[in-house]
Amino acid sequence: MGVLAAVVVDSLEFCWGLATADTPLEGSRLVVKMVPVVMHCVPCAADVELEGVQSFRCPLCDEPCSDLRQGRELEIESFEIDEIDDSPGVEEAEVEA
Amino acid sequence: MTTRIVELRRGILKKNDELAAGLRGRYGAAGVLVLNLVSSPGTGKTAFLERTLRGLRTQGARVAALVGDLETDNDARRLAASGAPVRQINTHGICHLDAVMISKHLEGWEGVELASLDYLFIENVGNLVCPSSYDLGEAIRVALLSVTEGEDKPLKYPTLFNSADAAIITKMDIAEPCGFDRELALKNINEIRPGIRIFETSAKTGAGMKEWLEYLNEERKNHSS
Repeated sequence: MGVLAAVVVDSLEFCWGLATADTPLEGSRLVVKMVPVVMHCVPCAADVELEGVQSFRCPLCDEPCSDLRQGRELEIESFEIDEIDDSPGVEEAEVEA
Repeated sequence: MTTRIVELRRGILKKNDELAAGLRGRYGAAGVLVLNLVSSPGTGKTAFLERTLRGLRTQGARVAALVGDLETDNDARRLAASGAPVRQINTHGICHLDAVMISKHLEGWEGVELASLDYLFIENVGNLVCPSSYDLGEAIRVALLSVTEGEDKPLKYPTLFNSADAAIITKMDIAEPCGFDRELALKNINEIRPGIRIFETSAKTGAGMKEWLEYLNEERKNHSS
């Protein structure tokens, strides 16, 4: 999840429990990996990582940057499952996720 | 029992993004400039839009508006007074518009065809958080901020302000009694979205509207060429 995704991790985790109750995903754990904002700095000709989101300036040269390359992601990267032989639950979990 | 990791790499808003891309294609083919207006509740989106619709109609432009609200069609009725076709989208509790809602409300809109419009305005639900995640296929996202809200609003809502293409400061006619620090507000907007076009307006006095309408005319030309 990008830090500019407009999603609050605590709320997402709270809702995860509610949304997965009584589904094959009940009891599953949500692991959120945050990704920082990366801007392209023209003078430095480089992609630079921002430390926060209060100033969109290049940390190397202090010039303002407007070309966002990363930080708005909201993606399901992967899920981890325990396979019990050829359980049909796997298919269901995939759909629910 | 074995543990298996399944790579998915799927965007949660993929469905909205795909639909928005489709809408963007339709807007482009129809030659209509679409703008998505986003602000807090009470910033003055409706008053600003009403003035914008009137101004563009005076120039002979063909305009229409979709207006989102949780409940009531008050804003649609206010905007319709401009003479432009207006359609209300009631979200019934949902705090933002999404591409599905736009798509649905473009269908069966009596007397309105995208191809017969020059500008379509979408007034989002008053909210500075969730609308930033939902692409509506717009060409221009407009973030509005009023002089009563505090100059640090862009710093508090960087997600939205960073995704905007233009910024409007509303209610400039009461800037002084509000103790509005203009320089600080401009600096904060620029800190979050460097180089963004900023318009200082008043829907009441009409201040700044000329520059705003000129900008719209230019953008329409740029997008249709």
